Amino acid sequence: MEVLLPALVRGLGIGSTYALLAVSIVVIYRATEVVNFAQPALMILGAYFTSLFVTSIGLPFPVGVVAAMVAMAAVGALTERVAMRPLVGQPVFAAAMVTVGVLIVLTAVANRLIGPDILTVGDPWGLERLEFGTIAIFQVDVAKIVLSLGAIGAVGLLLKRSRIGLAMRATSLDQETALAQGVDVGRMFSLAWAMSAALAALAGMLIGTGAGGVEATTALVALKALPVIILGGIDSIQGAVVAGLVIGVAESLARAYQPEYAPWLGANFDIIVPYLVLIVSLMVRPYGLFGTPEVQRV
Amino acid sequence: MLVVENLEVVYEDVILVLKGVSIEVPDGSIVALLGANGAGKTTVLRAITGLLDVHRGAITKGTVRLDGDPIDGLDAPAIVRAGVGQVMEGRRIFTEFSVEENLRVGGHLAPRGVVAERLERILELFPVLAERRKQIAGYLSGGEQQMLAIGRALMAEPRLLILDEPSLGLAPLVVQQIRDLIVRINEEGTSVLLVEQNANMALSIADHGYILETGKIVMDKPAAVLREDEDVREFYLGLREEGAGSMRDVKHYKRRKRWLS
Ligand SMILES: Nc1ncnc2c1ncn2[C@@H]1O[C@H](COP(=O)(O)OP(=O)(O)O)[C@@H](O)[C@H]1O
Ligand SMILES: [Mg+2]
Repeated sequence: MEVLLPALVRGLGIGSTYALLAVSIVVIYRATEVVNFAQPALMILGAYFTSLFVTSIGLPFPVGVVAAMVAMAAVGALTERVAMRPLVGQPVFAAAMVTVGVLIVLTAVANRLIGPDILTVGDPWGLERLEFGTIAIFQVDVAKIVLSLGAIGAVGLLLKRSRIGLAMRATSLDQETALAQGVDVGRMFSLAWAMSAALAALAGMLIGTGAGGVEATTALVALKALPVIILGGIDSIQGAVVAGLVIGVAESLARAYQPEYAPWLGANFDIIVPYLVLIVSLMVRPYGLFGTPEVQRV
Repeated sequence: MLVVENLEVVYEDVILVLKGVSIEVPDGSIVALLGANGAGKTTVLRAITGLLDVHRGAITKGTVRLDGDPIDGLDAPAIVRAGVGQVMEGRRIFTEFSVEENLRVGGHLAPRGVVAERLERILELFPVLAERRKQIAGYLSGGEQQMLAIGRALMAEPRLLILDEPSLGLAPLVVQQIRDLIVRINEEGTSVLLVEQNANMALSIADHGYILETGKIVMDKPAAVLREDEDVREFYLGLREEGAGSMRDVKHYKRRKRWLS
């Protein structure tokens, strides 16, 4: 128990941030059918802004986090307007390639801003632990779970229940028909990018908390979102959540137990665990766990 | 009143599809726009409703005016806001949404306060939809889907309702229902521009009719006149007088001459 439970919580913590990143990709995919490869850069910029607002400027932590999310929402909407909108009507493959360009540009900007330092986001958790008898879990993991799942829940609720969410979903199903109902499709695209960038900013902040810290290479963590979205089905928010948690827990358990029980697998084996989980589950369910089949009349 | 004047539309910068189309839909009337497949009917509607650019098309000449104000420069949402609603060809309902969600999308631009009330009114108008309110729209029958598409357009309370082949692929009995529905919507004060290949149905309720052939209006007459016109009867209503065989070549010549002039 002293090993298993903390490992589970740590896995759920990191897994929920993977889920958050994956959802941020799903949101853009659902609106525009474009896989956004720029997400790691949005994430790292979000962490940078959090650090700027909280550590440098000295805003209270929650205010700084929200401010960073808002700032990144603006960056996301602007990116959509400038880089993506001219491509509407072009093949989505071309648009996905442009997001790679956006990744390169924004990463360069982030590198410039962050430099060689390791930034701290000024989180109140640090390495604080919650002790239950002999079991100790890190506060930061709990924070990751609560904030990630809370943000995902809020987005899900917005999409499901609000008028604007309905319009976004309509846009993702059939742009022309949405237009014909008076939906400003371009605005829905911007909104999807804004929401996505805000979620990525939150994920960046969470990855930078605890023992983390933010450096330019932290962006690589976002690559974990790829197996998550493939496993979860790229158009499914629930899928992203389940897959994110599964992969996070698998990784964490591997880190906790593999050195002891299977040392012959070598050091840092946990890093490839997400991909193993992915390969094995795709053999069983080639369309991902939650890929939605199109409704057809029988 | 909707006035389309001398409209020329080009797809992909080179494909000339409409060559000077003029039509009018006076307030309170039902106007039929008839023509064979590929004549350009849907293109006329796209030009009116601001959906051409989705299809890489553009108006190269002419104007579209609603009550005197030009609307040909507006985008689709602005045209909906101006009071033009449409039911697109092939119904185009959101198959993964529930019936109610489909209707709510139609009310996207309506003031928030009135959406619930309009929803109830539409469901009253379409009892079949009321029964299936929470069901996934993809599982409705073709006729029910058409009603849903019409109801969705009505959620915006348009002054002018445009319908693109609403009878396509529906059983005769269902076509009757749709027909009666259009009449009822019109009686409640909405002008209707009805595009059909089914001239029979359209002319039976229209006040005025236009016939479009390869991008040109070849006939522009009161519906009552078109209903009696021999060429229309022959080519669009599928009625041909027995024993007219000997006159066929002459008629054919006459028709071509008149329609292409
Ligand atoms: N997006 C498009 N690009 C090029 N040509 C098109 C496009 N849409 C329609 N057309 C052509 O324009 C003509 C008229 O089409 P359409 O307006 O759909 O006719 P209708 O509705 O009367 O069947 C057809 O010849 C069709 O092939
Ligand atoms: Mg058509």
